[in-house]
Amino acid sequence: MGSEFTKLFELIISASLINNFVFTRFLGLCIFFGVSKKMETAVGMSITFTAVMMISASLSWLIFNYIMVPLDITFLKIIVFIGVVAGLVQASDTIMRKMAPGLYYKLGIYLALISTNCIILAVPLINAGEHYSFIQSLAFGLGSGIGFALALIIMASIREKIELADVPAPFKGLPMAFVITGLIALAFTGFSGLITL
Amino acid sequence: MAHTDKVSYWELITNGIVKENTIFKLALSLCPSIAVTSGLKNGVLMGAAVLFVQVMVNITISLMRKFIHPKVRLPIFMLVISGWVTVTDMSMAAAVPDVYKQMGLYIQLIVAFASILARAEMFASKNKIAPSMADGIGMGIGFLFALTVISFFRELIGKGSLWGMPIVDAKPLLIMILPAGGFFAVGILMAFFNWIDIKFLKKGVSASH
Repeated sequence: MGSEFTKLFELIISASLINNFVFTRFLGLCIFFGVSKKMETAVGMSITFTAVMMISASLSWLIFNYIMVPLDITFLKIIVFIGVVAGLVQASDTIMRKMAPGLYYKLGIYLALISTNCIILAVPLINAGEHYSFIQSLAFGLGSGIGFALALIIMASIREKIELADVPAPFKGLPMAFVITGLIALAFTGFSGLITL
Repeated sequence: MAHTDKVSYWELITNGIVKENTIFKLALSLCPSIAVTSGLKNGVLMGAAVLFVQVMVNITISLMRKFIHPKVRLPIFMLVISGWVTVTDMSMAAAVPDVYKQMGLYIQLIVAFASILARAEMFASKNKIAPSMADGIGMGIGFLFALTVISFFRELIGKGSLWGMPIVDAKPLLIMILPAGGFFAVGILMAFFNWIDIKFLKKGVSASH
């Protein structure tokens, strides 16, 4: 039991820091550059994203292992997973609007954006490829969510400062954001080798 | 742009390469532009995969455009895209297994490309087959071009080689093939294209939104 728990903890750390989706796997970049301009939106996105990630990871695990593996249709995983994610986002959009209008008003817009995020699709695909157990998939989803939140918040705090800086004209906006991300990614390579799974 | 009768095919193709280049101008589908561009070979193959998917999706959507009910169009577009991505995924796994091992995940994630869905929605669902095909070719080649340029510089500087063959004998700058180098390369190339815009075309900065 003890070693099981350690393994889960390692999985979370590795997904959030060592193999951070943004800095070492380069996924979810469109969203990353899109919502990291302001701290407020970055925090809102992080919360929504982590929640949706956990649900979609568990849901697609169940579908993959209890429906697709027995029926031997694992080759359809791309189509099925994108359907699950799109359906889930649409469903939570509707449910949130009815049940928690206040929350919907705050976080609804991020929900719509999430369906175009490649991380949300990558996590089920990696879970299926690595044959993670249910709990492991959940831990991997949580770790990826935390990692993405971390990346967004670091980036947002830097970009709020950059607004005031005198950036050369051709570098204004996205190019500068890319260079900054490169520097953060360089710092994140320091985490590699922290845990070997 | 929806009135294609007046727009020549040539304009449709160059539009995707220059004016609306997916990576450098629209800043969409950035993930693979960094993930698979540490070597020229990977970059070109990825670009080719996207080109194929984009053209096939545009053709399919254009063929089906009269039968799709507008309310359910997005799920149908997604189905068509993921179908063609699965085809590409399996063909590449069979044809180039060594490359596929490194970038299989990114090929599967072509599904989530905003640019492919956007072209299907904005162009192919409103136009005839031939212009849709031209549009797909243009956007695809634009993407291929961007990936080729990025991976060309990254492999040349980071490994001192091209397509796996050694070119420069000097000690390579390792950082360029590290993840961080990818961000630097894209950032600097974007700035370079902005600089051309400002300097020669007297336009505002376009890739900052």
